[in-house]
Amino acid sequence: IKKTLAKPGVKNIVLVDGVRTPFLQSGTIYADLMPHDLARAALQGLLNRTGLPKDAVDYIVYGTVIQEVKTSNVAREAALGAGFSDKTPAHTVTMACISSNQAMTTAVGLIAAGQCDAVVAGGVEFMSDVPIRHSRRMRKTMLSLNKAKTLGARLSLLGSIRLAHLAPELPAVAEFSTAETMGHSADRLAAAFGVSRLEQDEFALRSHTLAKKAQDSGLLSDVISFKVPGKDIVSKDNGIRPSTMEQMAKLKPAFIKPHGTVTAANSSFLTDGASAVLIMSEEKALAMGYKPKAYLRDFVYVSQDPKDQLLLGPTYATPKVLEKSGLTLNDIDVFEFHEAFAGQIMANLKAMESDWFAQTYMGRKTKVGAPPMEKFNSWGGSLSLGHPFAATGCRLVTTVAHRLQKEGGQYGLVAACAAGGQGHAMVIEAYPQ
Amino acid sequence: CTHEYAQQKIFIYVFFIITIILLFCSFSRLFNISSARTHVNYEIKGDVAVVRMNDPNSRVNTLSTQMQREMTEVMDEIWGNNAVQSVVLISSKPGSFIAGADLNMIQACTTAEEVTGLSQEGQRMFEKVEKSPKPIVAAINGSCLGGGLEFAISCQYRIATKSKKTVLGCPEVMLGLLPGAGGTQRLPKMLGLPSAFDMILTGRSIRPDKAKKMGLVHQLVDTLGPGLKSPEERTIEYLEEVAVEAARGLAKKQIPLTKEKGLMQKIQDYVMSYPFVRQQIYNTVQNKVMKQTKGLYPAPLKIIECVKAGVEQGPTAGYLAESQHFGKLAMTPESKALIGLYHGQVTCKKNRFRTPEKDAKTLAILGAGLMGAGIAQVSVDKGFHTILKDTTLEGLSRGEQQVYKGLNDKTKKKSITSFERDSFLSNLTGQLDYNGFNKADMIIEAVFEDLSIKHKVLKEVEAVIPPHCIFATNTSALPIKDIAAVSKRPEKVIGMHYFSPVDKMQLLEIITTDKTSKDTTASAVAVGLKQGKVIIVVGDGPGFYTTRCLAPMLAEAVRVLQEGVDPKKLDGLTTGFGFPVGAATLADEVGIDVAAHVAEDLGKAFGSRFGGGNVEVLKTMVEKGFKGRKSGKGCYIYQPGLKRRDVNTEALEILESYKLTPNAAVSSDSDIQYRLVSRFVNEAVLCLQEGILASPVEGDIGAVFGLGFPPCLGGPFRFVDSFGADKLVEKMRKFEEVFGNQFTPCQLLLDHAKDPSKKFHK
Repeated sequence: IKKTLAKPGVKNIVLVDGVRTPFLQSGTIYADLMPHDLARAALQGLLNRTGLPKDAVDYIVYGTVIQEVKTSNVAREAALGAGFSDKTPAHTVTMACISSNQAMTTAVGLIAAGQCDAVVAGGVEFMSDVPIRHSRRMRKTMLSLNKAKTLGARLSLLGSIRLAHLAPELPAVAEFSTAETMGHSADRLAAAFGVSRLEQDEFALRSHTLAKKAQDSGLLSDVISFKVPGKDIVSKDNGIRPSTMEQMAKLKPAFIKPHGTVTAANSSFLTDGASAVLIMSEEKALAMGYKPKAYLRDFVYVSQDPKDQLLLGPTYATPKVLEKSGLTLNDIDVFEFHEAFAGQIMANLKAMESDWFAQTYMGRKTKVGAPPMEKFNSWGGSLSLGHPFAATGCRLVTTVAHRLQKEGGQYGLVAACAAGGQGHAMVIEAYPQ
Repeated sequence: CTHEYAQQKIFIYVFFIITIILLFCSFSRLFNISSARTHVNYEIKGDVAVVRMNDPNSRVNTLSTQMQREMTEVMDEIWGNNAVQSVVLISSKPGSFIAGADLNMIQACTTAEEVTGLSQEGQRMFEKVEKSPKPIVAAINGSCLGGGLEFAISCQYRIATKSKKTVLGCPEVMLGLLPGAGGTQRLPKMLGLPSAFDMILTGRSIRPDKAKKMGLVHQLVDTLGPGLKSPEERTIEYLEEVAVEAARGLAKKQIPLTKEKGLMQKIQDYVMSYPFVRQQIYNTVQNKVMKQTKGLYPAPLKIIECVKAGVEQGPTAGYLAESQHFGKLAMTPESKALIGLYHGQVTCKKNRFRTPEKDAKTLAILGAGLMGAGIAQVSVDKGFHTILKDTTLEGLSRGEQQVYKGLNDKTKKKSITSFERDSFLSNLTGQLDYNGFNKADMIIEAVFEDLSIKHKVLKEVEAVIPPHCIFATNTSALPIKDIAAVSKRPEKVIGMHYFSPVDKMQLLEIITTDKTSKDTTASAVAVGLKQGKVIIVVGDGPGFYTTRCLAPMLAEAVRVLQEGVDPKKLDGLTTGFGFPVGAATLADEVGIDVAAHVAEDLGKAFGSRFGGGNVEVLKTMVEKGFKGRKSGKGCYIYQPGLKRRDVNTEALEILESYKLTPNAAVSSDSDIQYRLVSRFVNEAVLCLQEGILASPVEGDIGAVFGLGFPPCLGGPFRFVDSFGADKLVEKMRKFEEVFGNQFTPCQLLLDHAKDPSKKFHK
């Protein structure tokens, strides 16, 4: 057994357990819910799984990306709806695809600072329904209408409405700073690193194949069953579909036409889902009689050029967090990287394997190295399991804990990219069994 | 100095917007003893030949003799190679596909026939390319201009990168030439008459997305960021990969060469099938050209003829017309003038003073008026941290709004994103105090043109700035040494005369005093270049160079008005000579008050030579509130939202009260034109004689870019060369007899008149 990463004077913080709702393709069985319904399901599932008394929770932090305006602090609405004490404060964080990572590290911070002992963190994303707004002109008219005092003033405002003002405004999955959609950026990234269509399709197929295997052999134990009102009980992810290379090769590029390489089959799909984890100080967990699953150790956030390096977060975050922990890539037994696009993963692997990239863009002497594939996302990933933006982070951390238990390793590494050109990585240590 | 921008169309204003290298001089035509190829090579990838161009002696590729010879060899080998099914044509240079023909090749010719010969060689080469049995894909990254564009459009398929450096266009017209290697024949077929005329007659550069929409290119390729190689290198590789695939697709006929025409295209084609409609187009275009050029520029008219010959009489006549007109145009003084300006502009975009010791990063601008805010606008988007200081909140607010609006307009035109706008604006700090001036590298003072105010400001500022900080004063007439008189560190004081509107006018006149240090000058030039300016560096003196040339011409204009010439007529005479803005309109734009101020100051400094019109005319106008456009009335009446301007009859009344009787011997239309121009030109030559100007090139650039001296004449010095100093002196002597010393030719001009071998430009 290798050395522990405990540091003198720093509290040991543990992951007690983690759960998630099944991740479903958006527009399927969850279609009629609201985001906080999914979050409620995850929170209740966590309570059931851990047998935690509701009033033992000091604080709740939840992540979300596309906000439902009615429940803008979705953490609080979900907590109340899930029957938590109304004395437990809750706040919502947002950091694109690493929102629940941010929720978890916020929890770690609260515990490390001595403010809390038991925090629930999680994330929810609901893409079956997104806020579609009136145009700015229309909104302006409607707001003025509120203030108009006389009938005449109201009629004149109504009269100012033109057909064009009725055109709705859809939320764009595009960077605000560059106006480039993420898929387009991923295609360019893949091209920059010379990742072929074949490599991407192969990786996507691998993800689906491994996910299917994990699902069939019951490894995805973080998934809880969820009785959807008016529908059946859901207990499985529904986006896992191993295809064939021939079938995948038939698809046309989704973003860059006609010569792009990113297709629907090698990208993650729009997903509904929620996740939750229970994080505690080690003392508290032991005092309450829990057997923790893992230690949450060092973590980093990184950010870089949102145009040309949008999805390279893992490349930047990995060496940084390893250095912080005094580890090398070889020390890591379990890797869980967020798979936004097969092309993005392959590009990151190539970047991590390149001395030139490390020297030219990261100010490092040498490359960090690419993770060995047999340790990498071996129970599937976002490409196959699905990617509810703000729920993915907890899935990654819980999966690392479960894989460490199952496969007997000591250290795990989570890494993810996020919109805005940001990234995150965390080192997780197995709890002695 | 204010100047109307909006009216400066095509042939004038192109010079204010050229920022790209059009046709680059290459000195590479050395004899190659061995047959080893240095400019063009090729590699066969399966069944596709990838032809790569790279001129080893230049930053950009040009269609030099060497390039053409090697290209012909390579293409012959490829056509003869049975293993090759298709071809990709690509440049190995990051920022340049082919930037144009080799200008030296044309300038080396002495007769029209020789140039026609060059054109025909190009035509033949591209005809072979067009008829190639193996499809050729032009893979374009960087500038694809002039002959480069003509090469590309003779290929069967074009793929361009979306790089900011990728531009397509035919800038020949800006040099008084026409696309002489098939451009006038292929573009109308490819784009239709209206788009083709627009492209060839304006010479405008077309960005990749627009080119795709127009049908000028078939496919676009994104630029790539960092990967396992540098972004530039990998982008070219990627372009090549995509182009090779396209070439294979074309050879296998999987990619069709002709696109299904859209409904609008079909309608347009149908309409164009009527000769009557085409004739209407020729007429409209011809009228437009005549209106904008007053017939002073031969190239656009010849372009119309070439296009017409091709469309109406077929390719044989079209290509013949193109090559012959190309040859003739190359010999015209207009083309030589425009090419001279092009070279001059390149020269004035370089810092002839070495690199400054310290790179200026923080600028502080005093005064948030039109000029101050304009200078701030062209600084923030170049990465200068810019402090904009005013004395009142209202003034500051107006100034900051001007900067915002300037950048926001660019956002609306999509030349920058809203995000870029915001990040540029983050470089701007608006304030009322001297906070942060202790970190400033350069102060640019743009306060009111009053010596005592400038002195007060200079003393205040010197108390708070660090020792290395440069104090630049933006004035149009006050001598810098007078401003510097109260400075504790006169070696750090320099003049930077910007032209309004600062974001549109390219010229910056930098004025050095005897005490200004070389490093101060180098630093001011470096800042100006970074702000995107074309720079002339001149000596100190009343009016420096530009204002000093303009003042006598305006004085003459006032006299002409006093003689009873209507402002509209005066404008017609000046624009008819090639000035983009008429003299009366120019006075209104500059401001009658400013003109009066300058006339009085320079009158005092230079005496009767600057006389002519009565300054009292201007003063009376100012008293009545006729300060020009800014006050709504001047020579004309300006009404917001109204394009039409009526002559201000009240101003005419003033002129009437100062009426002079014209002398019929010197009052013909042509006489009036030469009275105006000769005073301008004589003063310019005098500036060179006195050492205010360092070279005729700077004199020409300053006059054309700052004052709108007719570009077709190439500037006052080139005008003297081409018109003949002797002829000019002869005219001036005639005027001198009537008006006195205002028309006395200066010594340098007399020297040139005496010896016809003396030329300002070789």
